[in-house]
Amino acid sequence: MSRLANTMQALKQAKRTALIPFITVGDPTPEFTLPLMHAMVAAGVDIIELGVPFSDPMADGPVIQAASERALEHHMGLRKVLDIAAEFRQTDQATPLVLMGYLNPIEIMGYQTFADKAGAADIDGVLTVDLPPEEAEECAALLKAKNIDTIFLLAPNSNAERVKKMDTIGSGYLYYVSVKGVTGAGHLDIADVEAKLAMIKANTALPIGVGFGVKDAVTAQAIAKVADGVVVGSALISKIAANLDNPEKAKQEIIELLTSMRQAMDS
Amino acid sequence: MTEKYTMPDERGHFGPYGGLFVAETLIEPIKELNAAYQHYLQDPEFIAELDADLQHYVGRPSPLYHAQRWSAALGGAQIYLKREDLNHTGAHKINNTIGQALLAKRMGKTRIIAETGAGQHGVATATIAARLGLECVIYMGAVDVKRQTLNVYRMKLLGARVVAVESGSKTLKDALNEALRDWVTNVDNTFYIIGTVAGPHPYPAMVRDFQTIIGREAKQQCLHQAGKLPNALVACVGGGSNAIGLFHPFIDDINVKMFGVEAAGDGIETGRHSAPLCAGRPGVLHGNRTYLMSDDDGEIIETHSISAGLDYPGVGPEHAWLKDIGRAEYVNITDTEALEGFYALTKMEGIIPALESSHAMAYTLKLAPTMPKDEIIIVSLSGRGDKDMHTMAEFEGIKI
Repeated sequence: MSRLANTMQALKQAKRTALIPFITVGDPTPEFTLPLMHAMVAAGVDIIELGVPFSDPMADGPVIQAASERALEHHMGLRKVLDIAAEFRQTDQATPLVLMGYLNPIEIMGYQTFADKAGAADIDGVLTVDLPPEEAEECAALLKAKNIDTIFLLAPNSNAERVKKMDTIGSGYLYYVSVKGVTGAGHLDIADVEAKLAMIKANTALPIGVGFGVKDAVTAQAIAKVADGVVVGSALISKIAANLDNPEKAKQEIIELLTSMRQAMDS
Repeated sequence: MTEKYTMPDERGHFGPYGGLFVAETLIEPIKELNAAYQHYLQDPEFIAELDADLQHYVGRPSPLYHAQRWSAALGGAQIYLKREDLNHTGAHKINNTIGQALLAKRMGKTRIIAETGAGQHGVATATIAARLGLECVIYMGAVDVKRQTLNVYRMKLLGARVVAVESGSKTLKDALNEALRDWVTNVDNTFYIIGTVAGPHPYPAMVRDFQTIIGREAKQQCLHQAGKLPNALVACVGGGSNAIGLFHPFIDDINVKMFGVEAAGDGIETGRHSAPLCAGRPGVLHGNRTYLMSDDDGEIIETHSISAGLDYPGVGPEHAWLKDIGRAEYVNITDTEALEGFYALTKMEGIIPALESSHAMAYTLKLAPTMPKDEIIIVSLSGRGDKDMHTMAEFEGIKI
């Protein structure tokens, strides 16, 4: 069983919901990321999604676009992201790491090379925004051989047939995007999410993480009641954008936000 | 090649290229679009409406003009120009926007969006939106907004909202990113009219099908006027819609050579160009796998061309396939050479071509003299140069 599946199962047994932060690696500087990862674990997060910077982040809103641009100023590409992940793993063997990004960096590296390198860096899951199940079989099989889960996004307009398809090719968890739109957009309708999750859960046994629109302890708590995982991204990255002259303060504010979410989710 | 060409397959693949590489939210609307497209393509009423519009609104068929003076001056093959510049709105783009807009109307969509580079696709989209009474938003890179002010003004006159995109390189690719973000947010009421033969399946095939009117007409006209098929076809390639429109009806005519002309900008060797087929590598962007300009990390490289319409790091997946199987040849023309083509056509034939089309003219300058006088080249004159007057005046140091 993968590290990701183990973590999800342990949380389920403890009747807790996974707190899953998303950060863009190398934002605002390459040195910022590793200490932040360790600090987030200390603040009680369960899984970390590492955003791989991309020049054309089509599914992201302005906040994560800007984060990608800041990271790319330091030439933070897929290869360096894998280096940072491997470095993290030297001192933390427990926390699952999920790479989240776009397909082209993986295409250019080559699927097999990517699977090898991600395996060597002890990556646990890969979520590729523009790689739906229709095109994912080859890459998913190569990752599976390295015990790496392929994680798919589900949208508000995904039907039961889609869920079943992802249940077949995907593993680890499924990530339900709670609003139609880009990251950081829109407002969350909890009743709507709850209804949708009922349909999803009827068609898959995989745990479901929910993201897009999780902004604070209140929304995290509400989502935690219905989902297996709560994903928060833009709200964290906003702290970096607001404190570009003072990264320590950004880190502190991120940790405070995650701590408040953790407390609200556990209460 | 003895078998009939039937690409793409049912999943939208042209060999390894094309496909459906999009975020999950777009899967359902794209399926809906594909179903509508497959249905209406067979619907006589839809086809009749499209044909009537192409005839009476666009002004088709566009002439196939024998450029005798230019041909004689070059001393080689006879050059025939397919006059897409004479279409309503001044370029081939409207062939496709009319088709997609009629589809949007039948699908009950009330809002259309589009990306644009040179502004020709934006103008063509705004035009048809005005005529059908649909809300219209055009995404355009901030750099392009500056260099194509006339077209921006035209779009605004036509009632479209033009959004200047400030992210990334602020050109066509970023306009596409922003249009995709809009679409994913407003999928319920919005139809995305992609302007070229790229994007997720079915766009590359659908846009092609709407643009093959160029090649179908040219074939008939050439047979009628010259009594035989052409020996070569030449068209500029950014995303590649005018080129595929001209090429596709000739693919099974294996003696007809095809030349797609990419923008070499300052020169391929400088790295400042927009020539993915000549100097790029396969990757995935904007919903399809194709040749791209990207670095070793897979980040998209900023492109350069004097013509905004060719300033794009990717190319339609069918061109990638035609390159790999050797059916079409892809060449490149620098900014400086394109200007030679621009002046040649303007001075020899009294036709001012768009800077995009000038790339095809420039390659014709090289190709025609190498061919005998009884052979024929059809060149796609994809658009007229009115929109480029500011760029040209600036280049010549004249204030207008």
